[in-house]
Amino acid sequence: MLRSVAADLHVHTVLSACAEVEMIPPLIVRRAQELGLGMIAVTDHNASDNAEALICAAAGSGVHVLPGMELQTREEVHLLCLFDRVEECRRWQEEVFARLPAMANNEDLFGAQYVVDYTGDWIRTEQRLLATSADISLEDAVRAVHSLGGLAIPAHVDRPSFSLLANLGFVPEGLRADGLEVTPRFNPRWGFKQWPQLASWPLVIGGDAHRLSELGCRTVFTIQNANVEEISLALRSRRGRAVTVTYAAN
Amino acid sequence: MVSLRQMADELGLEVLVAPKQPDEAIAGGYATDLLSCAMSGAKKGYVWVTLQSHMNVVAVASLLGLAAVVITEGNRPDDETTARAESENVALMVSQNTTFAVVGRLWALGVRDGLADA
Repeated sequence: MLRSVAADLHVHTVLSACAEVEMIPPLIVRRAQELGLGMIAVTDHNASDNAEALICAAAGSGVHVLPGMELQTREEVHLLCLFDRVEECRRWQEEVFARLPAMANNEDLFGAQYVVDYTGDWIRTEQRLLATSADISLEDAVRAVHSLGGLAIPAHVDRPSFSLLANLGFVPEGLRADGLEVTPRFNPRWGFKQWPQLASWPLVIGGDAHRLSELGCRTVFTIQNANVEEISLALRSRRGRAVTVTYAAN
Repeated sequence: MVSLRQMADELGLEVLVAPKQPDEAIAGGYATDLLSCAMSGAKKGYVWVTLQSHMNVVAVASLLGLAAVVITEGNRPDDETTARAESENVALMVSQNTTFAVVGRLWALGVRDGLADA
């Protein structure tokens, strides 16, 4: 049976150097429950080692957690990569790690990158610099994510930096992305005028939450189950599935 | 060799965060809007010309020990970014001109990238 599932598919944890220390699994799950979210995705920068902890923390909470990543491509475009299973996500992380420069993170400049357990307790500190680009093109990344059974959604395309529209100027013809994410600040009145291409894409609104208050519930999927296949159907408006977004301003 | 002070004067730059050593010679220049390119291409003591004005620009400039960042086309960093640049001793200057024009002027002043023929 089809049901409405409010979702925020763009949530950071303390593994992202720029995220607040409050972004630990139990607090994220509690905030998601407060907002009535039925689904969230863990999308740390170029890494996914906290995905499993968040999935564990959410068990029995009514919040479904998709393991994922916010990849930074060679063009410095941010791309949400979402999967059903931790194993697929881990394989993707291995591919991405192989394409990251062998540089150490500088905590003073970028912030610390913590891997935690489901209670939020510290396990280890990721030493690799994650706040940089992996040596893979946007198109190749989309293809690779699809071949692992995942979804690829360019993030915050209306942002002036690290975004598809800012960095490439337009949505490349033939890009096989599953949808596009806009920020909660996206104003449809001038947004669709400025980027007419957006009108032909399924849009989601993600909080890009680096602190708890940034989790959002502006995207609602009409789906049977919270999984990649159902989201894909919804983004393509197939078999009764749908996605609706609520804009902040009109 | 041209100094940061001379560069700011000659190019009419607005100085948002002043360099600690304005009379030190500029070691070289690099221009890109991709931070990952700046990380591998810009060197200590270089001036980095970019139209990006967000926080990570300061982080990269500090990491590399750059002499200054020249932000082009009148783009202005927010207060938080400027404050971070102050605390990290990253000199920030704004030009109303394009990156192309700024680099041309820097080249004319004798700033090089350490690779190309003088």
